[in-house]
Amino acid sequence: MAKIPKIMGYRRQNGRVGIRNHVVILPVDDISNAACEAVAKVIQGVLPLPHAYGRLQFGEDLELFFRTMIGTGANPNVAAAIVIGIEPEWTGRIVDGIAATGKPVAGFSIERHGDLKTIEEASRKALEYVQGASELARQECSLEEVYVSAKCGESDTTTGLASCPTVGRVVDWLVEWGGTASFGETSELTGAEHIVKQRAATPEVGDAFMKVWNNYNDFINQCKTNDLSESQPTKGNIRGGLTTIEEKAMGNIQKIGRTKYVGVLKPAEAPGGKGLWFMDTSSAAAEAVTLWAASGAVLHVFPTGQGNIVGNPIEPVIKISGNPKTCASMSEHIDVNVSAMLTGEMTLEQAGEELLKMMVRTCNGRLTAAEALGHREFVMTKLYRSA
Amino acid sequence: MRHFLVHDTRDNVGVAVVDIESGQVAGGTTLDNAHPFQVKACEAIPLGHKIALKDLKVGDTVIEYGEDIGKVVANIRAGEHVHVHNLKTKRW
Repeated sequence: MAKIPKIMGYRRQNGRVGIRNHVVILPVDDISNAACEAVAKVIQGVLPLPHAYGRLQFGEDLELFFRTMIGTGANPNVAAAIVIGIEPEWTGRIVDGIAATGKPVAGFSIERHGDLKTIEEASRKALEYVQGASELARQECSLEEVYVSAKCGESDTTTGLASCPTVGRVVDWLVEWGGTASFGETSELTGAEHIVKQRAATPEVGDAFMKVWNNYNDFINQCKTNDLSESQPTKGNIRGGLTTIEEKAMGNIQKIGRTKYVGVLKPAEAPGGKGLWFMDTSSAAAEAVTLWAASGAVLHVFPTGQGNIVGNPIEPVIKISGNPKTCASMSEHIDVNVSAMLTGEMTLEQAGEELLKMMVRTCNGRLTAAEALGHREFVMTKLYRSA
Repeated sequence: MRHFLVHDTRDNVGVAVVDIESGQVAGGTTLDNAHPFQVKACEAIPLGHKIALKDLKVGDTVIEYGEDIGKVVANIRAGEHVHVHNLKTKRW
Protein backbone atom coordinates (compact mmCIF):
# COMPACT_ATOMS: atom_id res chain seq x y z
CA MET A 1 0.00 0.00 0.00
CA ALA A 2 2.61 2.50 -1.05
CA LYS A 3 0.31 4.66 -3.14
CA ILE A 4 -2.17 6.96 -1.37
CA PRO A 5 -5.68 6.43 -2.78
CA LYS A 6 -7.43 9.36 -4.44
CA ILE A 7 -10.99 10.21 -3.49
CA MET A 8 -13.64 12.61 -4.80
CA GLY A 9 -14.49 14.98 -1.97
CA TYR A 10 -15.67 18.49 -1.20
CA ARG A 11 -12.88 20.95 -0.48
CA ARG A 12 -14.26 23.62 1.85
CA GLN A 13 -13.39 27.31 2.13
CA ASN A 14 -10.76 26.59 4.81
CA GLY A 15 -9.09 23.88 2.71
CA ARG A 16 -10.49 20.95 4.72
CA VAL A 17 -11.89 17.96 2.85
CA GLY A 18 -15.41 16.66 3.40
CA ILE A 19 -17.09 13.58 1.93
CA ARG A 20 -20.73 14.62 2.42
CA ASN A 21 -22.50 17.86 1.57
CA HIS A 22 -25.10 18.45 4.27
CA VAL A 23 -27.01 21.63 5.05
CA VAL A 24 -27.66 21.33 8.79
CA ILE A 25 -30.22 23.07 11.00
CA LEU A 26 -28.74 23.32 14.50
CA PRO A 27 -30.94 24.07 17.50
CA VAL A 28 -29.05 26.01 20.17
CA ASP A 29 -31.33 24.50 22.82
CA ASP A 30 -33.94 21.80 23.38
CA ILE A 31 -36.88 24.21 23.02
CA SER A 32 -35.75 25.25 19.53
CA ASN A 33 -35.89 21.67 18.20
CA ALA A 34 -39.47 22.15 16.95
CA ALA A 35 -38.59 25.13 14.76
CA CYS A 36 -35.56 23.30 13.32
CA GLU A 37 -37.64 20.24 12.50
CA ALA A 38 -40.31 22.45 10.95
CA VAL A 39 -37.76 24.03 8.58
CA ALA A 40 -36.72 20.54 7.51
CA LYS A 41 -40.33 19.72 6.69
CA VAL A 42 -40.63 22.80 4.47
CA ILE A 43 -37.27 22.66 2.69
CA GLN A 44 -36.13 19.32 1.30
CA GLY A 45 -32.55 18.12 1.67
CA VAL A 46 -31.71 19.85 4.93
CA LEU A 47 -30.74 17.98 8.06
CA PRO A 48 -32.12 19.04 11.47
CA LEU A 49 -30.04 17.96 14.49
CA PRO A 50 -32.38 18.00 17.49
CA HIS A 51 -30.83 17.37 20.92
CA ALA A 52 -31.76 17.53 24.59
CA TYR A 53 -29.54 20.32 25.98
CA GLY A 54 -28.35 23.91 25.68
CA ARG A 55 -30.13 25.58 28.59
CA LEU A 56 -28.51 26.72 31.85
CA GLN A 57 -25.31 24.77 31.27
CA PHE A 58 -22.24 26.33 32.86
CA GLY A 59 -18.48 25.98 33.30
CA GLU A 60 -16.61 23.21 31.52
CA ASP A 61 -19.90 21.57 30.54
CA LEU A 62 -20.97 24.76 28.73
CA GLU A 63 -17.60 25.04 26.98
CA LEU A 64 -18.00 21.45 25.74
CA PHE A 65 -21.53 22.29 24.58
CA PHE A 66 -20.31 25.21 22.46
CA ARG A 67 -17.35 23.22 21.14
CA THR A 68 -19.74 20.45 20.08
CA MET A 69 -22.26 22.78 18.40
CA ILE A 70 -19.68 24.93 16.63
CA GLY A 71 -17.61 21.90 15.64
CA THR A 72 -20.64 20.14 14.20
CA GLY A 73 -21.53 23.13 12.02
CA ALA A 74 -17.87 23.62 11.08
CA ASN A 75 -17.35 19.95 10.07
CA PRO A 76 -16.19 19.67 6.41
CA ASN A 77 -19.09 17.31 5.69
CA VAL A 78 -21.36 20.34 6.19
CA ALA A 79 -21.78 22.75 3.28
CA ALA A 80 -23.83 25.35 5.16
CA ALA A 81 -25.52 25.72 8.54
CA ILE A 82 -28.56 27.40 10.03
CA VAL A 83 -28.64 27.98 13.78
CA ILE A 84 -31.90 28.54 15.64
CA GLY A 85 -32.00 29.39 19.36
CA ILE A 86 -34.41 30.87 21.83
CA GLU A 87 -32.37 34.08 22.25
CA PRO A 88 -29.80 35.81 20.02
CA GLU A 89 -26.65 35.83 22.19
CA TRP A 90 -25.76 32.13 22.41
CA THR A 91 -27.17 31.70 18.90
CA GLY A 92 -24.69 34.34 17.72
CA ARG A 93 -21.80 32.69 19.52
CA ILE A 94 -22.39 29.46 17.60
CA VAL A 95 -22.91 31.30 14.29
CA ASP A 96 -19.64 33.22 14.75
CA GLY A 97 -17.76 30.01 15.55
CA ILE A 98 -18.99 28.30 12.41
CA ALA A 99 -18.45 31.43 10.28
CA ALA A 100 -14.72 31.30 11.07
CA THR A 101 -14.48 28.37 8.61
CA GLY A 102 -15.75 30.64 5.81
CA LYS A 103 -18.83 28.54 5.08
CA PRO A 104 -22.33 30.02 4.78
CA VAL A 105 -24.08 30.20 8.17
CA ALA A 106 -27.03 32.19 9.51
CA GLY A 107 -28.66 32.44 12.92
CA PHE A 108 -32.27 33.03 13.97
CA SER A 109 -33.73 33.53 17.44
CA ILE A 110 -37.28 32.90 18.49
CA GLU A 111 -37.93 35.35 21.36
CA ARG A 112 -39.75 38.53 20.15
CA HIS A 113 -40.64 36.73 16.88
CA GLY A 114 -42.29 33.41 17.72
CA ASP A 115 -41.87 30.03 16.06
CA LEU A 116 -43.82 30.80 12.87
CA LYS A 117 -41.96 33.90 11.77
CA THR A 118 -38.63 32.24 12.68
CA ILE A 119 -39.53 29.14 10.68
CA GLU A 120 -40.40 31.26 7.64
CA GLU A 121 -37.20 33.31 7.74
CA ALA A 122 -35.00 30.29 8.43
CA SER A 123 -36.73 28.34 5.65
CA ARG A 124 -35.96 31.08 3.10
CA LYS A 125 -32.29 30.94 4.11
CA ALA A 126 -32.34 27.14 4.10
CA LEU A 127 -33.71 27.20 0.53
CA GLU A 128 -30.80 29.41 -0.55
CA TYR A 129 -28.26 27.17 1.21
CA VAL A 130 -29.61 23.86 -0.07
CA GLN A 131 -29.66 25.13 -3.65
CA GLY A 132 -26.11 26.45 -3.23
CA ALA A 133 -24.91 23.16 -1.81
CA SER A 134 -26.54 21.22 -4.63
CA GLU A 135 -24.31 23.00 -7.13
CA LEU A 136 -21.04 22.18 -5.36
CA ALA A 137 -19.06 19.53 -7.23
CA ARG A 138 -16.85 16.80 -5.82
CA GLN A 139 -13.21 17.22 -6.76
CA GLU A 140 -10.16 15.01 -6.57
CA CYS A 141 -8.59 14.90 -3.13
CA SER A 142 -6.28 12.45 -1.40
CA LEU A 143 -7.37 9.95 1.24
CA GLU A 144 -4.87 11.27 3.79
CA GLU A 145 -6.77 14.58 3.74
CA VAL A 146 -9.75 12.76 5.23
CA TYR A 147 -9.68 12.99 9.05
CA VAL A 148 -10.71 9.55 10.33
CA SER A 149 -11.98 8.58 13.79
CA ALA A 150 -12.09 5.04 15.18
CA LYS A 151 -14.04 3.40 17.96
CA CYS A 152 -15.60 -0.03 18.40
CA GLY A 153 -18.93 -1.04 19.90
CA GLU A 154 -20.83 -4.11 21.09
CA SER A 155 -17.42 -5.72 20.98
CA ASP A 156 -16.73 -9.38 21.56
CA THR A 157 -13.57 -11.42 21.29
CA THR A 158 -13.75 -11.36 17.48
CA THR A 159 -13.16 -7.59 17.55
CA GLY A 160 -9.82 -8.17 19.29
CA LEU A 161 -8.94 -10.96 16.85
CA ALA A 162 -10.13 -9.46 13.57
CA SER A 163 -12.00 -6.15 13.15
CA CYS A 164 -9.93 -3.99 15.55
CA PRO A 165 -6.58 -5.17 14.13
CA THR A 166 -7.99 -4.42 10.65
CA VAL A 167 -8.65 -0.84 11.71
CA GLY A 168 -5.18 -0.75 13.27
CA ARG A 169 -3.64 -1.73 9.94
CA VAL A 170 -5.48 1.10 8.18
CA VAL A 171 -4.59 3.63 10.91
CA ASP A 172 -0.91 2.70 10.39
CA TRP A 173 -1.23 3.34 6.64
CA LEU A 174 -3.12 6.61 7.08
CA VAL A 175 -0.57 8.03 9.49
CA GLU A 176 2.36 6.84 7.32
CA TRP A 177 0.74 8.75 4.46
CA GLY A 178 0.58 11.94 6.53
CA GLY A 179 -3.07 11.65 7.50
CA THR A 180 -4.96 12.45 10.70
CA ALA A 181 -6.79 9.94 12.88
CA SER A 182 -8.20 9.81 16.39
CA PHE A 183 -9.08 7.16 18.96
CA GLY A 184 -10.50 7.52 22.48
CA GLU A 185 -12.91 5.64 24.80
CA THR A 186 -11.02 6.61 27.95
CA SER A 187 -12.88 4.33 30.35
CA GLU A 188 -12.57 1.37 28.01
CA LEU A 189 -8.78 1.50 28.04
CA THR A 190 -8.86 0.38 31.68
CA GLY A 191 -6.59 -2.62 32.00
CA ALA A 192 -4.51 -1.53 29.02
CA GLU A 193 -3.75 2.02 30.19
CA HIS A 194 -0.12 1.09 30.88
CA ILE A 195 0.24 0.00 27.25
CA VAL A 196 -1.49 3.11 25.92
CA LYS A 197 0.83 5.26 28.02
CA GLN A 198 3.83 3.60 26.38
CA ARG A 199 2.36 4.19 22.93
CA ALA A 200 2.58 7.97 23.25
CA ALA A 201 5.05 9.72 20.95
CA THR A 202 6.70 11.46 23.93
CA PRO A 203 6.71 10.93 27.72
CA GLU A 204 4.84 14.24 28.11
CA VAL A 205 2.00 13.00 25.89
CA GLY A 206 1.94 9.72 27.83
CA ASP A 207 1.65 11.67 31.10
CA ALA A 208 -1.16 13.78 29.61
CA PHE A 209 -3.00 10.59 28.69
CA MET A 210 -2.56 9.14 32.18
CA LYS A 211 -3.92 12.33 33.75
CA VAL A 212 -7.08 12.07 31.62
CA TRP A 213 -7.42 8.34 32.27
CA ASN A 214 -6.92 8.76 36.04
CA ASN A 215 -9.60 11.48 36.14
CA TYR A 216 -12.10 9.21 34.39
CA ASN A 217 -11.19 6.23 36.56
CA ASP A 218 -11.58 8.31 39.74
CA PHE A 219 -15.01 9.46 38.53
CA ILE A 220 -16.08 5.84 37.93
CA ASN A 221 -14.81 4.79 41.35
CA GLN A 222 -16.75 7.64 42.98
CA CYS A 223 -20.06 6.80 41.25
CA LYS A 224 -19.98 3.01 40.95
CA THR A 225 -22.33 0.74 42.87
CA ASN A 226 -20.76 -2.56 41.72
CA ASP A 227 -17.87 -3.73 39.52
CA LEU A 228 -19.69 -2.26 36.46
CA SER A 229 -20.16 -5.73 34.99
CA GLU A 230 -23.11 -5.47 32.55
CA SER A 231 -22.37 -1.74 31.99
CA GLN A 232 -18.70 -2.02 31.07
CA PRO A 233 -18.37 -4.68 29.67
CA THR A 234 -21.97 -4.46 28.43
CA LYS A 235 -24.47 -7.30 28.51
CA GLY A 236 -23.88 -7.66 24.76
CA ASN A 237 -20.09 -7.84 25.23
CA ILE A 238 -20.55 -10.58 27.84
CA ARG A 239 -22.95 -12.52 25.63
CA GLY A 240 -20.27 -12.40 22.93
CA GLY A 241 -17.62 -13.88 25.21
CA LEU A 242 -15.90 -10.85 26.76
CA THR A 243 -15.57 -11.20 30.52
CA THR A 244 -13.68 -8.26 32.04
CA ILE A 245 -12.85 -4.63 31.26
CA GLU A 246 -9.17 -5.61 31.03
CA GLU A 247 -9.95 -8.11 28.27
CA LYS A 248 -12.17 -5.60 26.47
CA ALA A 249 -9.44 -2.95 26.66
CA MET A 250 -6.84 -5.28 25.15
CA GLY A 251 -9.14 -5.86 22.17
CA ASN A 252 -9.93 -2.17 21.90
CA ILE A 253 -6.32 -0.99 21.58
CA GLN A 254 -5.69 -3.22 18.57
CA LYS A 255 -7.36 -0.35 16.64
CA ILE A 256 -4.28 1.87 16.84
CA GLY A 257 -2.01 -0.65 15.15
CA ARG A 258 1.65 0.20 15.71
CA THR A 259 1.17 3.97 15.49
CA LYS A 260 2.27 6.29 18.29
CA TYR A 261 -0.17 9.07 19.16
CA VAL A 262 1.09 12.64 19.10
CA GLY A 263 -1.34 14.39 21.44
CA VAL A 264 -4.28 14.29 23.83
CA LEU A 265 -7.51 16.12 22.96
CA LYS A 266 -10.36 17.33 25.13
CA PRO A 267 -13.79 16.01 24.08
CA ALA A 268 -14.75 17.52 20.68
CA GLU A 269 -11.40 19.35 20.37
CA ALA A 270 -9.94 19.51 16.85
CA PRO A 271 -6.49 17.91 16.36
CA GLY A 272 -3.71 20.50 16.10
CA GLY A 273 -1.93 18.71 13.27
CA LYS A 274 -1.38 15.43 11.48
CA GLY A 275 -0.89 12.04 13.07
CA LEU A 276 -2.85 9.91 15.54
CA TRP A 277 -4.55 11.71 18.45
CA PHE A 278 -6.13 10.41 21.64
CA MET A 279 -9.45 12.08 22.53
CA ASP A 280 -11.02 11.89 25.99
CA THR A 281 -14.46 10.37 25.27
CA SER A 282 -17.00 8.13 26.89
CA SER A 283 -17.19 4.66 25.37
CA ALA A 284 -20.89 4.98 24.49
CA ALA A 285 -21.00 4.89 20.70
CA ALA A 286 -23.38 7.72 19.83
CA GLU A 287 -21.83 10.13 22.34
CA ALA A 288 -18.30 9.36 21.20
CA VAL A 289 -18.96 9.58 17.44
CA THR A 290 -20.79 12.88 17.98
CA LEU A 291 -17.68 14.22 19.76
CA TRP A 292 -15.42 13.14 16.90
CA ALA A 293 -17.70 14.65 14.28
CA ALA A 294 -17.57 17.90 16.30
CA SER A 295 -13.77 17.71 16.29
CA GLY A 296 -13.89 17.72 12.49
CA ALA A 297 -13.65 13.99 11.72
CA VAL A 298 -15.42 13.20 8.43
CA LEU A 299 -15.24 9.38 8.34
CA HIS A 300 -15.61 6.91 11.19
CA VAL A 301 -14.42 3.29 11.16
CA PHE A 302 -16.35 1.16 13.64
CA PRO A 303 -15.45 -2.47 14.45
CA THR A 304 -18.29 -4.44 16.00
CA GLY A 305 -18.64 -8.00 17.17
CA GLN A 306 -22.20 -8.47 18.36
CA GLY A 307 -23.58 -5.76 16.04
CA ASN A 308 -23.73 -2.17 17.28
CA ILE A 309 -25.94 -0.35 14.77
CA VAL A 310 -24.91 3.27 15.51
CA GLY A 311 -24.70 6.00 12.89
CA ASN A 312 -24.16 9.75 12.93
CA PRO A 313 -26.02 12.43 10.97
CA ILE A 314 -22.95 14.11 9.48
CA GLU A 315 -20.06 11.62 9.82
CA PRO A 316 -20.55 8.34 7.92
CA VAL A 317 -19.85 5.29 10.09
CA ILE A 318 -18.35 2.21 8.40
CA LYS A 319 -19.03 -1.05 10.27
CA ILE A 320 -16.44 -3.80 10.21
CA SER A 321 -17.16 -7.19 11.76
CA GLY A 322 -15.18 -10.37 12.20
CA ASN A 323 -18.04 -12.33 13.79
CA PRO A 324 -19.46 -14.71 11.16
CA LYS A 325 -22.77 -15.06 13.05
CA THR A 326 -23.28 -11.28 13.18
CA CYS A 327 -22.26 -10.87 9.54
CA ALA A 328 -24.94 -13.43 8.65
CA SER A 329 -27.76 -12.42 10.99
CA MET A 330 -27.25 -8.63 10.76
CA SER A 331 -25.81 -8.33 7.26
CA GLU A 332 -27.70 -5.09 6.55
CA HIS A 333 -25.61 -3.35 9.21
CA ILE A 334 -22.14 -4.57 8.19
CA ASP A 335 -20.10 -2.79 5.50
CA VAL A 336 -16.93 -4.91 5.69
CA ASN A 337 -16.89 -8.59 6.65
CA VAL A 338 -13.49 -9.78 7.91
CA SER A 339 -14.70 -13.01 9.56
CA ALA A 340 -12.45 -15.06 7.26
CA MET A 341 -9.60 -13.87 9.48
CA LEU A 342 -10.85 -16.24 12.20
CA THR A 343 -10.46 -19.28 9.98
CA GLY A 344 -7.12 -18.12 8.58
CA GLU A 345 -8.55 -17.56 5.10
CA MET A 346 -7.92 -13.80 5.20
CA THR A 347 -4.69 -12.15 6.32
CA LEU A 348 -4.51 -8.90 8.28
CA GLU A 349 -3.03 -7.23 5.19
CA GLN A 350 -5.97 -8.39 3.03
CA ALA A 351 -8.49 -7.28 5.64
CA GLY A 352 -6.85 -3.86 5.81
CA GLU A 353 -7.03 -3.54 2.03
CA GLU A 354 -10.74 -4.49 2.06
CA LEU A 355 -11.47 -1.81 4.64
CA LEU A 356 -9.41 0.74 2.74
CA LYS A 357 -11.38 0.03 -0.44
CA MET A 358 -14.64 0.54 1.45
CA MET A 359 -13.33 3.80 2.92
CA VAL A 360 -12.52 5.09 -0.59
CA ARG A 361 -15.97 4.06 -1.88
CA THR A 362 -17.62 5.74 1.13
CA CYS A 363 -15.59 8.91 0.57
CA ASN A 364 -16.73 8.89 -3.06
CA GLY A 365 -20.36 8.86 -2.00
CA ARG A 366 -21.41 5.27 -1.28
CA LEU A 367 -23.89 5.30 1.59
CA THR A 368 -22.79 3.26 4.59
CA ALA A 369 -25.18 0.67 6.02
CA ALA A 370 -25.95 3.04 8.90
CA GLU A 371 -26.67 5.94 6.52
CA ALA A 372 -28.96 3.82 4.34
CA LEU A 373 -30.80 2.57 7.42
CA GLY A 374 -31.35 6.13 8.67
CA HIS A 375 -29.11 6.04 11.74
CA ARG A 376 -28.54 9.67 12.69
CA GLU A 377 -27.66 9.49 16.37
CA PHE A 378 -26.63 12.99 17.48
CA VAL A 379 -25.94 12.71 21.20
CA MET A 380 -24.30 15.45 23.21
CA THR A 381 -21.91 14.55 26.03
CA LYS A 382 -23.12 16.18 29.26
CA LEU A 383 -20.53 16.47 32.02
CA TYR A 384 -22.89 17.31 34.91
CA ARG A 385 -26.28 18.81 35.86
CA SER A 386 -27.35 22.22 34.57
CA ALA A 387 -27.62 25.16 36.94
CA MET B 1 -9.38 -27.74 11.85
CA ARG B 2 -8.90 -24.55 13.85
CA HIS B 3 -11.30 -24.44 16.82
CA PHE B 4 -9.69 -21.66 18.80
CA LEU B 5 -7.02 -18.95 18.56
CA VAL B 6 -4.45 -17.92 21.14
CA HIS B 7 -3.21 -14.31 21.13
CA ASP B 8 0.12 -14.93 22.87
CA THR B 9 2.19 -17.96 23.87
CA ARG B 10 1.96 -16.80 27.53
CA ASP B 11 -1.88 -17.04 27.47
CA ASN B 12 -3.71 -19.61 29.59
CA VAL B 13 -6.95 -19.23 27.60
CA GLY B 14 -7.88 -19.59 23.93
CA VAL B 15 -10.76 -17.93 22.07
CA ALA B 16 -13.21 -20.23 20.27
CA VAL B 17 -13.57 -19.28 16.59
CA VAL B 18 -16.29 -21.91 16.04
CA ASP B 19 -18.86 -23.39 18.43
CA ILE B 20 -16.94 -26.11 20.27
CA GLU B 21 -18.95 -29.11 21.50
CA SER B 22 -18.59 -30.75 24.89
CA GLY B 23 -16.10 -33.62 24.74
CA GLN B 24 -14.56 -32.43 21.50
CA VAL B 25 -10.77 -32.47 21.20
CA ALA B 26 -10.24 -28.89 20.12
CA GLY B 27 -7.24 -27.67 18.13
CA GLY B 28 -5.89 -24.18 18.30
CA THR B 29 -3.00 -22.02 17.21
CA THR B 30 -1.41 -18.67 17.84
CA LEU B 31 -2.33 -15.89 15.42
CA ASP B 32 0.90 -16.44 13.47
CA ASN B 33 0.15 -20.19 13.18
CA ALA B 34 3.53 -20.92 14.83
CA HIS B 35 2.34 -22.63 18.02
CA PRO B 36 -0.29 -25.40 17.96
CA PHE B 37 -2.44 -26.22 21.01
CA GLN B 38 -4.81 -29.07 21.79
CA VAL B 39 -7.29 -29.40 24.64
CA LYS B 40 -10.38 -31.56 25.25
CA ALA B 41 -13.45 -29.39 25.86
CA CYS B 42 -15.20 -30.34 29.15
CA GLU B 43 -18.31 -28.41 28.10
CA ALA B 44 -19.67 -26.52 25.11
CA ILE B 45 -17.77 -23.33 24.32
CA PRO B 46 -19.70 -20.93 22.05
CA LEU B 47 -17.87 -19.02 19.31
CA GLY B 48 -16.12 -16.03 20.86
CA HIS B 49 -15.97 -17.50 24.34
CA LYS B 50 -12.81 -18.63 26.10
CA ILE B 51 -11.53 -22.14 26.78
CA ALA B 52 -8.99 -22.84 29.55
CA LEU B 53 -5.71 -24.21 28.21
CA LYS B 54 -4.56 -25.38 31.66
CA ASP B 55 -5.90 -25.89 35.17
CA LEU B 56 -6.37 -22.63 37.08
CA LYS B 57 -6.97 -22.10 40.79
CA VAL B 58 -8.87 -19.42 42.70
CA GLY B 59 -6.68 -16.34 42.88
CA ASP B 60 -4.72 -17.17 39.71
CA THR B 61 -4.47 -14.57 36.96
CA VAL B 62 -6.01 -15.22 33.56
CA ILE B 63 -3.64 -14.19 30.77
CA GLU B 64 -4.84 -13.22 27.28
CA TYR B 65 -2.90 -11.07 24.77
CA GLY B 66 0.01 -11.88 27.11
CA GLU B 67 -1.65 -9.54 29.64
CA ASP B 68 -3.56 -9.80 32.92
CA ILE B 69 -7.31 -9.80 32.18
CA GLY B 70 -8.57 -10.63 35.68
CA LYS B 71 -8.61 -13.09 38.57
CA VAL B 72 -9.94 -16.62 38.84
CA VAL B 73 -12.85 -16.78 41.36
CA ALA B 74 -13.74 -20.49 40.97
CA ASN B 75 -11.33 -23.31 40.15
CA ILE B 76 -11.10 -24.03 36.43
CA ARG B 77 -9.96 -27.25 34.73
CA ALA B 78 -8.27 -27.29 31.32
CA GLY B 79 -11.00 -27.46 28.68
CA GLU B 80 -13.60 -25.58 30.75
CA HIS B 81 -15.47 -22.47 29.75
CA VAL B 82 -13.82 -19.34 31.22
CA HIS B 83 -16.34 -16.54 31.67
CA VAL B 84 -18.15 -14.34 34.23
CA HIS B 85 -18.86 -17.29 36.56
CA ASN B 86 -15.18 -18.00 37.20
CA LEU B 87 -13.29 -14.86 36.06
CA LYS B 88 -13.66 -11.35 37.50
CA THR B 89 -12.04 -7.98 36.86
CA LYS B 90 -9.30 -6.78 39.21
CA ARG B 91 -10.47 -3.20 38.57
CA TRP B 92 -13.54 -1.29 39.71
